[in-house]
Amino acid sequence: MITSTSKYKYITCDPDKCIGCQLCEYVCSYTKTGEYNTYRSRIRTVRVDEILITSIACRTCENAPCVTVCTRKALTQDEETGIIHVDADLCDGCAWCIEACDFGAISINPITKLAEICDQCEDEEDGPQCVLWCPKDALELTTPDRRAQRARHKLVTEEALR
Amino acid sequence: MYGYHGQILHIDLTNRKTWHERKPESWYQMYIGGVSMASRLLWENIEPGCDPLSPENPVCFANGIFAGTPVPVGGKYGLASKSPLTGFVGDSLSGSWFSVAFKRTAWDGIVIHGASETWVNVLIDDDRVQFRDAEKYLGMGTFETEEAIREDLLDDQVRSATIGPAGENGVLIANVTNDGRQAGRTGHGAVWGSKKLKAVSVRGTNGVTVADPDTLMKMSFEIIESSQGPDTAKYRLLGTATNVLNMNAMGLLPTRNYQEGVFEGAELVSGEYLEEHHKVKKIACAQCPIACEQVSAAKQGLYAGAMTGIEYECLYANGPNCGISDMNAIIKMIDVCDRGGHDAMSNGVTVSWAMECYERGVFTKEDFACEKYPDGFEANFGIAEAGVTITEMIRDREGLGALLAQGTKRASAQVDKERGTESYKWAMNIKGLENPGYDARGLKTFALGLAVGTRGGCHNRTAAYDPDIKGVVDRFTVDDTRGELAKSTEEYAAVYDTLPLCKFIRRCFTGKADRAGAWPAIAALINATTGWNYDYDDVDLIGERAFTIKKAFNIREGWTREDDHLNYRWHNEPMKTGPSAGHVVSVEELEYMKDLYYKAKGWTPEGLIPKSKLVALGMDDVAEEIGV
Repeated sequence: MITSTSKYKYITCDPDKCIGCQLCEYVCSYTKTGEYNTYRSRIRTVRVDEILITSIACRTCENAPCVTVCTRKALTQDEETGIIHVDADLCDGCAWCIEACDFGAISINPITKLAEICDQCEDEEDGPQCVLWCPKDALELTTPDRRAQRARHKLVTEEALR
Repeated sequence: MYGYHGQILHIDLTNRKTWHERKPESWYQMYIGGVSMASRLLWENIEPGCDPLSPENPVCFANGIFAGTPVPVGGKYGLASKSPLTGFVGDSLSGSWFSVAFKRTAWDGIVIHGASETWVNVLIDDDRVQFRDAEKYLGMGTFETEEAIREDLLDDQVRSATIGPAGENGVLIANVTNDGRQAGRTGHGAVWGSKKLKAVSVRGTNGVTVADPDTLMKMSFEIIESSQGPDTAKYRLLGTATNVLNMNAMGLLPTRNYQEGVFEGAELVSGEYLEEHHKVKKIACAQCPIACEQVSAAKQGLYAGAMTGIEYECLYANGPNCGISDMNAIIKMIDVCDRGGHDAMSNGVTVSWAMECYERGVFTKEDFACEKYPDGFEANFGIAEAGVTITEMIRDREGLGALLAQGTKRASAQVDKERGTESYKWAMNIKGLENPGYDARGLKTFALGLAVGTRGGCHNRTAAYDPDIKGVVDRFTVDDTRGELAKSTEEYAAVYDTLPLCKFIRRCFTGKADRAGAWPAIAALINATTGWNYDYDDVDLIGERAFTIKKAFNIREGWTREDDHLNYRWHNEPMKTGPSAGHVVSVEELEYMKDLYYKAKGWTPEGLIPKSKLVALGMDDVAEEIGV
């Protein structure tokens, strides 16, 4: 069952616009680690059957299952933003959070062997760097409600034009 | 050393051994990466004079200097072996995820020696190497093999360069494919097949360390921003397929095996038509913000379900050049090539040769007998199902396909010997490599560029069509500027092929694609990556060195001035209709231009390289071996 999310912002990707260039991964790894290593990106480009392309990062679920399953209380969720924080001192890399995530949005850092999760670049003044730099404007920081509003808007526009 | 690992991985398939070789920074400053470094590794590791399909011919990978960094379109690598088609240097480029994952391993280059007794998948896992049994991947297509390897290794970060059934079957025009992109043209697939090398897989977890990451990031994103504007519009909107109508209007669109340059069905095979009726999605290589690959599908009829990236070269070759205007069939032919793993350009030009043979009575209907059509079939120009079936026969080396799988040079020689015919007259290749989609009878500078090219009939290694098409010179005549132009355009292209950067970014540095517009920006990118102090002249030398090492390789393999020639048709048979009708490239014109070209290069009148020239380029050890 896919866990729901409604109240928090998260980074979403429009698969119609995404070309699979992976620049979001470069920006992410550089912002978070200071080096270019797409293997350590917290947003992941996915391509299926050659033409289905999108990027996936943490969806900030309400009552996030990754937080619930963490046996060492290493994962906590910010009540305001929904962002999941990982306490490196507590995390032991057991990967239960990865198994609990329906979106495959958590990864284990190959060097530290600890969990890493998108934090929407909350420390950066201009917000998520991947959103800022996506050359096709495929990425945005939004909420499900906002997406629904936009879908309704689009529908009405199209019907009016018809 | 920044931007490089400083070491080359050697793999011996015969003895299942590996070792590594450290290279000094000065070596990297000479050969940089891509086709230049790959060709240099080939120079260092081959047994000169060897049979290209013997274990003595190595497979040489060289990654790009910008692979794995955010520098746009820098995710590319070079691949070199001695070409079984030309007997000379076979240098190809491919790109995307393989290149990026390769960069994150511990190696700048990989040299694969020997031959395996059983089919093998070499896995390079950071700094470790595994020889995996590849028996179960046999018969799988290129895309399918990559996916199967990822499934088996339980990791979608594993990227593979593979051969398909064509390479397994020893088709000489076979390619190596990764991530839907091809290291094409010169028969790498056949070389891999001869080694029982089904796939090379890479998984890298290391970061890429550069000298000045902040500056590199900033410069990269400035270029990325300008790459979304008019400077790349052609590639982003319709892709290179937009050339179909442009070339047709100039009478340069190869039609029915280069008999004509205007195709009556051009509208139906145009980039515009493709966009409207067949386009599925525009996709990019890893590290590329342009996204030129126009994934297109046959949506109805006999070929429904066929889907692959369509660009101009494969489109002209399998479409107009075979007289075929049914886009569904053209997509199917290219799909068969891409998944089966053979070169869609050489395929189209070989199919068109076979069709002309049929029309001229060299081949009969019965010659085309195959499992699908046991009594054979009619193979006139324009018969779509014939084009598709011959393509499948080439991939499988079935029936006449075994002959055609050798490419037009060998196929025509064999037929002419066996049947006393003169089919070499319409075998459209240079040095054994099938020609590209611009008729050189109406592009005289380009004719020179093609004739002197080190890898045969290839538009990617010379940009000499540029002054012809832009009207810088009269495209129908020759004059004393052409030698310098051919030198200048081939070395310009070689800079991009060596870094490598995809040439589609060439206008995005300053809006101007010429050296003055691009070289200072490229020097700054190199410096931020490596910490070197490169300037305009250093960038310019990258191209000259790249071309020189390839030429040196060819000379050592026995190249002589006579090898720089065009095919019979371009020398002797003018087109009858269209804006380029009435012209040929006469032997006198070509020989005159060759004189100019060798002089411009600083070579001898025989086209050999003086010792002093090689020493001036810093290639002393090459001077020892082949300098005169």
